[in-house]
Amino acid sequence: MSKPQFAYVTYIATTPGKLWEALTSAEFTRQYWGRDWPDRGMHRSLVSDWQPGAEIKMLMQDGETEFYGEVLEADPPRRLSYTFKFMMGDVEAGSRVTFDLEPNGSIVKLSLLHEDFSPESVADHFIAGISNGWPAILSCMKSLLETGKPLDLTKTKMDA
Amino acid sequence: MDEVFKALADANRRQLLDRLHADNGQTLSELCAGLAMSRQAVTKHLAILEAANLVVTVWRGREKLHYLNPAPIAGIYDRWIHKYQRRRMQALKELKKQLEEHDDE
Repeated sequence: MSKPQFAYVTYIATTPGKLWEALTSAEFTRQYWGRDWPDRGMHRSLVSDWQPGAEIKMLMQDGETEFYGEVLEADPPRRLSYTFKFMMGDVEAGSRVTFDLEPNGSIVKLSLLHEDFSPESVADHFIAGISNGWPAILSCMKSLLETGKPLDLTKTKMDA
Repeated sequence: MDEVFKALADANRRQLLDRLHADNGQTLSELCAGLAMSRQAVTKHLAILEAANLVVTVWRGREKLHYLNPAPIAGIYDRWIHKYQRRRMQALKELKKQLEEHDDE
């Protein structure tokens, strides 16, 4: 068994149902995915019907697909798992992400594991991108769920 | 957040976090290798780091792997650091403006 490359645990003051929506709704994901890359200045939406085996796509603002995969497990509002694939030049790099949602009183513990990286994807810059990306994305999602506002990290705000 | 700062206020615990940052997902034995701390001391420090959510554990078969959890660090960044970066952005903008105005002369 290969060991996961990335683990992330955060506690969010919300309900499992709302957190599930935040992870799976195209409209909700658009509000927090990619907000933290001011140089690229674009939002992304995660699109899928979330049936096991269904396709998932991270659509960029210009309609291009950034990453894609298939739904492995969707057990709302407890566990969501999908493959996470990228094209690196002509080579497809694969991996898998799994979210576990555990309610605890008025908060939900959200655990993310990003693992099973294919040999093509273990390039340092890919792992580094993921390690830098998830904290920004999930921290922005937490802020949206708890305050209704995304984090104040965009370029437009910085310039203001 | 108090727990996070208390957990970070110790050189041995910061060293453990540095080791996980260099190689994430280590067993207790791997973490202890080459350290001047006893296994018991490492266990104690890991418990404090776990309580602060700075370290999370994942079971893989019979192995308990320790991971550096970036969530509390992201929280510190969101609350404190990016405010100062915004100032820096402003300062750079001012500098650019002044330099460009100087160019025109």
